[in-house]
Amino acid sequence: MSARWTLFPERTPRSAFGKLVLNEFRLAWRQPGGWVFGLGLPLLLTVIFGSIPKLQKHHETLGGLTYFDVYIPILIALAIAVLGLVSLPVPLATYREQGILRRLSTTPVSPIWVLGAQLIVNLCLAATAIILIMVVGTAGFGLEAPASLGGFVVAVVLSVVAIFGLGLLIAGVARTGTGAQVLGAASFFPLMFFAGLWVPRQVMPTALRDISNLTPLAASVEVIQHSIQSGFPSGTPLLVLAAYAVLFCWLAVRFFRWE
Amino acid sequence: MGARSQRGEWAYAIEVAHLRKSYGDTVAVDDISFSVTDGEIFGILGPNGAGKTTTVECIVGLRVPDAGKISVMGLDPQIDRELLHTIVGVQLQASALPAKLRVGEILDLYRSFYRDPADVEELIDVLGLADKRNDYYRSLSGGQKQRLSIALALVGRPKIAVLDELTTGLDPQARRDTWGLIEEIHERGVTIVLVTHYMDEAERLCDRVALFDRGRIAAIGSPRELAEQAGGGKHVRFVPSAPFDDRLLSELPEVRSIEHQGDHVLVTGSGELVNAVILTLTAAGVTAHDVQLGSATLEDAFVRLTGRHLHDEDQVVQR
Repeated sequence: MSARWTLFPERTPRSAFGKLVLNEFRLAWRQPGGWVFGLGLPLLLTVIFGSIPKLQKHHETLGGLTYFDVYIPILIALAIAVLGLVSLPVPLATYREQGILRRLSTTPVSPIWVLGAQLIVNLCLAATAIILIMVVGTAGFGLEAPASLGGFVVAVVLSVVAIFGLGLLIAGVARTGTGAQVLGAASFFPLMFFAGLWVPRQVMPTALRDISNLTPLAASVEVIQHSIQSGFPSGTPLLVLAAYAVLFCWLAVRFFRWE
Repeated sequence: MGARSQRGEWAYAIEVAHLRKSYGDTVAVDDISFSVTDGEIFGILGPNGAGKTTTVECIVGLRVPDAGKISVMGLDPQIDRELLHTIVGVQLQASALPAKLRVGEILDLYRSFYRDPADVEELIDVLGLADKRNDYYRSLSGGQKQRLSIALALVGRPKIAVLDELTTGLDPQARRDTWGLIEEIHERGVTIVLVTHYMDEAERLCDRVALFDRGRIAAIGSPRELAEQAGGGKHVRFVPSAPFDDRLLSELPEVRSIEHQGDHVLVTGSGELVNAVILTLTAAGVTAHDVQLGSATLEDAFVRLTGRHLHDEDQVVQR
């Protein structure tokens, strides 16, 4: 039985939170897995796919889109998945495993602040990755600007909430940093598979696509795609994504352990 | 001060009364009571599993006791947690820091948690970490990590420092250095609670010691009191330059027994035993050669009080 923490301890200087965020950024920079694979890789793939003429041809099977068009939401989902499922939970689980959270809870600072700092770091990385993918895609490789910018923002935010919620659930239940890595990878690969990283959903066999419709990252790709090509997203994919966002966040709050 | 705390008069820095804590069926701490006086170094000594860490965790508010009352400078660790952590600095057993933060960055971070922090430069100097300031935490030796951990416990200018298994895993030199450091901190007026399973550490540093055994306190007192209570007393061993009448010594109030072991004489007793023996012999024209002194230790006290050795929990002492 561990005790409770005050979210806003009245005696603790607020600047302490800034220092925590600064240090989490330092750590993220020095352990570059998060931004190399969560920001660098999707951006690099955007440039590579954009540069291959074959991928810029319109296909009937893709509903008149190019492979490049199809891959943009998938690469956005890739960035969110790497940051949310690995980069976010692994440090938190490691901090708990090594007693870093315990150490902090003997100071006037709440360990919740570390979670907040970790969230801020990965949200910043995710926002940077998504903005860069869109800017590089539209400016350099003929990607159309989102048909509905509001819809795009809603789609991206919902995706981030759902996947980061799952990441926090992983951070909460994993006993060790390695455990969090295993759980993160075990969620990442199937979710990215159904999102179409290896075979885009448009060319998946029907049965596979039916299953994928019920997975969070596939819904996310669908919703982002729609907001770019057509307009404000609606219908089943939006509901599926919103349901996952609520579910994962609820589970994360329900099962998070500090010790 | 905090509005919720009811700070009245408090006679002790820490008061623990009838503390109990179980984990499932295992009773970790069973009806423990003790008080720590303002400004002393109080030792909590006992083998692994004696309930030392659980007790300390309850004191610093990390665990909720099943029963009993704890007061830290008038604060209840559960109710006044936040205020408590501004006046108590804690060094926990087996707690690490992020591997890839530098010493200076960690100190700067922890410093920011307090309104009136200590001078980090001075702390770095005192703890001998000046040339490690830019090193990553993971590259520090065990002793350096321990010193950094002490620095973090002190950076908020605590009135009480709780140090758990401070020197476990350190080499002898690092241990002695750490002891020197504790004494320095103590001289600055910080009350120290030192959890240890090393007898020599408790003997060297502590004003008073609570001997923990299987979740209970076997005895409390100064290391010397405990050792003497256990009946060990002192002994002096020497080779007399000439034979002498045993009654010469046995009539001294300090002497309890005299034993001849070949050329050697072994005298046991208490108080100013050595002075009394040497002076009496000299007055009788006998010189004591090859004098060896000894006194009962906390280890003896522990064995005597609990029937077990400090480091072999399950071993029953053969008598």
